[in-house]
Amino acid sequence: MRFVDEFRDADKAHALAAKIAALCAPGRQYKLMEVCGGHTHTIYKHGLEDYLPESITLVHGPGCPVCVIPMGRVDDAIHLASQPDVIMTSFGDMMRVPGSQGSFFDAKAAGTDIRMVYSPLDSLKIARQNPDQRVVFMAIGFETTTPSTAMTVLRAAAEGLGNFSVFCNHVTIIPAIKAILDSPDLRLDGFIGPGHVSTVIGCRPYEFIAREYGKPVVVAGFEPLDILQSIYMLMVQLSEGRTEVENQYTRVVPWDGNLAALNAINQVMELRPYFEWRGLGFISHSAMRMRPDYASFDAELLFQVPGVRVADPKACQCGEVLKGVLKPWECKVFGTACTPETPIGTCMVSPEGACAAYYNYGRMNRHRVVEVSIS
Amino acid sequence: MCLGIPGEVIEFLPDQPDLARVDVSGVKRVINVGLLADDPPEPGEWVLIHVGFALSKIDESEAAAALEFLEGIGQAYADELAALQESRIE
Repeated sequence: MRFVDEFRDADKAHALAAKIAALCAPGRQYKLMEVCGGHTHTIYKHGLEDYLPESITLVHGPGCPVCVIPMGRVDDAIHLASQPDVIMTSFGDMMRVPGSQGSFFDAKAAGTDIRMVYSPLDSLKIARQNPDQRVVFMAIGFETTTPSTAMTVLRAAAEGLGNFSVFCNHVTIIPAIKAILDSPDLRLDGFIGPGHVSTVIGCRPYEFIAREYGKPVVVAGFEPLDILQSIYMLMVQLSEGRTEVENQYTRVVPWDGNLAALNAINQVMELRPYFEWRGLGFISHSAMRMRPDYASFDAELLFQVPGVRVADPKACQCGEVLKGVLKPWECKVFGTACTPETPIGTCMVSPEGACAAYYNYGRMNRHRVVEVSIS
Repeated sequence: MCLGIPGEVIEFLPDQPDLARVDVSGVKRVINVGLLADDPPEPGEWVLIHVGFALSKIDESEAAAALEFLEGIGQAYADELAALQESRIE
């Protein structure tokens, strides 16, 4: 515990909180977005908003990779998994995400061969062991998992493995942040930048936020003091009228990211013209697909994919939550029809989702929620 | 899945320099360290692992903090460890 205590010292937290409060201009309201779901988790687990003056509001961003998968892609994946001789492999996080006809778990219970794996490399092994079947890996995630998929495809290509492919749903965080900045719904003052995504992409990709939108960004670690320190760094910038990208998480995040990982992604994948995000709609150049050189590993080319669009359930307001327009508890079905056990919306599925974080730690001043039916 | 989990490098696999055996909360499994080829970790050093690949080197105190954070997430980390336990990439 000696190690951990240095990130959780209550005296240090109160001292930081006092310094943050001293930087608030009288009468001004500040809205700071934490992009990453891991940060949302820390904020609610440790009640960090209680340390902050009322003039600072933390707004939760879209950085939960499971939360942004639209229902249509879940349906497409289940369609792929139902094809003859197909074994679909997926991270466990994806299993409970609802499609319009149910989740992976539901499909698996109905006899579809969907297997949970820890790593895409496990899918490769399943492909080697089942040469008469076609293994499709359900690839999801931001830049933290994209390099792993790319490295796995490179490995499959080197081995000449013909029965392995990827249903690619990898998304990129920068266009999502840009979509939020361009949204008229929300005025933000600064960003707490994602920690682990930045180990791959580094800090430079955020520079446009400071340069073109005039908002400061501080890449942050996941400990309570990391986040308070990052808020302090943002407030210093705002009080001095500076807008820059700063790195609070230098003990893990290199300024230039992981070049080997970026090269692997770039070798295997390219940006799609557009991709649908749950709740956010279509965003240009916001997701990856296989390059033509690796077409033989692209499940979307090897199989007929219906490509259906499914509207989110009417009662579900994940889109507003993902954009930070609504607090989770302001959603009509939060905690009543939508719970971690029976999620309607993706934000309630993943522990990194803002709704699940709120629900699990009960940190809300919510009004009495009226039970609303799903339809 | 999105959050890295810390592992201590135990040894590299003979004849497979991009694979290393690591210890994650007592679970010993093989991961790929090919993305750290520019500055490979030594046995005894800690790495942050994302879905079977080490993406960065970290020090011991960061590893302890990351582990504590993950354990605080609860079931999701237990599920991830269970998945790691089943993982056989070598």
